[in-house]
Amino acid sequence: MNTNANRAFPWKHVTGFVLSIALTLLALWMVQAHVMGFTALISVTLLFAALQILVQLFLFMHITDSPGPRYHVIALALGLLFTFTIVAGSIWIMTFGGNQAY
Amino acid sequence: MPGYDRHHPTPFFVSGDPMIYASDVLIALTLVGVVFVLTYFRRWRWLWEEWITTVDHKKIGIMYLLAALAMMFRGGVDSELMRTQLAFPNNHFLGAEHYDQIFTTHGTIMILFMAMPLIFAMMNIAVPLQIGARDVAFPYLNAISFWLFFFGAMLFNLSFVIGGSPDAGWVSYPPLTETPFDPGPGENFYLLALQISGIGSIATGINFLVTILKMRAPGMTLMRMPLFPWSVLSASVLIIFAFPALTIALALLLLDRLAGAHFFTMLQGGNPMMYVNLFWVWGHPEVYIVVLPAFGIFSEVFATFSRKRVFGYTSMVASLMTIAVISYFVWAHHFFTMGAGPGVNSFFAIASMCVGIPTGVKVFNWLFTMFKGRIRTSLPMLWAIGFIPNFAIGGATGIMLAAAPGDYQYHNSYFLIAHFHQVLIGGVVYGMLAGMYYWWPKMFGFILDERIGRWAFWLFNIGFYVCFMPQYQLGFMGMTRRVYIYPADMGWSTLNLISTVGAYLMGIAFVLIVVEILYSAVWGVRDTTGDPWDGRTLEWSLPSPAPHYNFAHVPVVTERDAWWGQKEARKKGEIQKETRPFQPIHMPRNSGRPFIMSLCFFIGGFGLVFEWYPLALVGLVGILTSLLMRSVERDTDYYIPVEEIQHIESNLGRA
Repeated sequence: MNTNANRAFPWKHVTGFVLSIALTLLALWMVQAHVMGFTALISVTLLFAALQILVQLFLFMHITDSPGPRYHVIALALGLLFTFTIVAGSIWIMTFGGNQAY
Repeated sequence: MPGYDRHHPTPFFVSGDPMIYASDVLIALTLVGVVFVLTYFRRWRWLWEEWITTVDHKKIGIMYLLAALAMMFRGGVDSELMRTQLAFPNNHFLGAEHYDQIFTTHGTIMILFMAMPLIFAMMNIAVPLQIGARDVAFPYLNAISFWLFFFGAMLFNLSFVIGGSPDAGWVSYPPLTETPFDPGPGENFYLLALQISGIGSIATGINFLVTILKMRAPGMTLMRMPLFPWSVLSASVLIIFAFPALTIALALLLLDRLAGAHFFTMLQGGNPMMYVNLFWVWGHPEVYIVVLPAFGIFSEVFATFSRKRVFGYTSMVASLMTIAVISYFVWAHHFFTMGAGPGVNSFFAIASMCVGIPTGVKVFNWLFTMFKGRIRTSLPMLWAIGFIPNFAIGGATGIMLAAAPGDYQYHNSYFLIAHFHQVLIGGVVYGMLAGMYYWWPKMFGFILDERIGRWAFWLFNIGFYVCFMPQYQLGFMGMTRRVYIYPADMGWSTLNLISTVGAYLMGIAFVLIVVEILYSAVWGVRDTTGDPWDGRTLEWSLPSPAPHYNFAHVPVVTERDAWWGQKEARKKGEIQKETRPFQPIHMPRNSGRPFIMSLCFFIGGFGLVFEWYPLALVGLVGILTSLLMRSVERDTDYYIPVEEIQHIESNLGRA
């Protein structure tokens, strides 16, 4: 089964890896340096998180490589649902009904 | 925070308690004993070649099982110590700090180092055999998962003799767990041990998801798959989505403790409640991760021992998947009292109650499976039947806790303690013990002794109710969790004493199970047919124990309960003998690297616990080297020649 001897260098993975680290460090720097207001900062960080999901899906998980079986779509939909629930639910919980600033 | 010493001096070896010194001696004696036995019987090579380097799912499953039973002993001793302390008012058996450490390690060990490896044991032993596969999708990764769990568990257990145990509860909430309030290495042990074993858990989730989706025998469509692999599929999905939340929560808390960050502190913009939120984003799916495979086992056991196909297969699958999805919408019910507001609490209360619907469907399906069946109360069935009333009571009290306004009354009281022990012991432990008795002959080739097993079951079952029923009442009487002492005039004394008696009964039952295993290893009934229970699924078509390649011929499946169908057809004379010639079988090679890499994780983790960064760096370099060596490795697999298969199969009387 040594068929992977002639495999090309995994440029996609390296690009994805570098992009993921860059997006994370950029977010960290923005927060530490307070480059913009609170709401804008949260929004941009969330945007970077969404971008990173796309980087992972396209460069690591090869979702464009082949049509694949139906459960790929189900898994993606489920992942989207869970991600949305966790992020939106956490924000909802942590705003404490708007009564308390944190 | 100004004015505290981050490098709080703690003695390296825990000192001052005679019980700890006794443990030191016992640990040393055990180690010497193990080394002596291995050397005297010249078993070192055998240990390395047959077990430590193995990538065989059956052996990994057995190692998970043994480790989980050892951890059940450790966590069980913790609980007996706690119950002894609480047996009488004003008792001074344990001090406050010691008691804190013991309830922390009890909870952490029972969930993460007992329940998790126990479900992984059952998954490893049964899933590939039930779906007609020769191993899991990634056998090498499977070995890594096991050894990461093992070394994570060892790191955690080390804490009680070296450095001191964590003492902030199994949830480890900040700000109590931040360095100013909890200096010393205890919490670091918790954070790093969970992190290391958590990597293994995520890998197992991915491994079994892929195995079940891609490795099924030809003809086994998803809707022909037995219910245990279905339950493992849903649990795997939960593992993959839930564990990252724990990883993040632990990593951020570790950054707070080691690097002076402020994610969860009270000052500098930190918010400890975010940890609580993240912890339960993982924590609630976690309880379904451990209970869903138990549901799968019950489905197998009820069908087999009622000699009927499981009632309502499709609704069973649907309810498994529904529970898996709903479990992501309920996590805030663990902290209704945090004050997130009526909107949040109402949403999560209603979502929590919704879980009762698919669970109820499953309970009724199990009852209908037994209805008019030819029931045999063998040991697996005994534990499965014992589970039903347990889970009914646990479910009812769960609904009570899910009602947010009511929860303000019983939050963190002994009512809660009784509830979650009822579902976790009654659901998970009963399920895993049923599975252990059920698949034991498949693992070891002999059946566990029926007589001792019945004594153990009844002692455990009675002990369980004696232990936990009084705790519901104690909760209503105002006894809160984690109290280590109470005055005599609270009216709690009698109920606490009764509860302790129950805990001792369960302890005796555990000892009986160990005795039963040892007795049966020598005198137990040998399983010569490979099908001791008249089973329905493919694992029973194999000899016990199964050869390392599992199936000499990959089975072709045409219906649900594939093995039962084959047996029925054979009775009618419809099935011919297997005529396909043997083909060489493609197998993964053993490797010592999963063990070595996990050992490096242990070394690195130990370095971080004590903030000895050079040692942590040594561990990290070891890990990276192991990863790199695997990346350039080419000789990872081999073929078993036809003659060898022929030889093994004819020795087993199968060819």
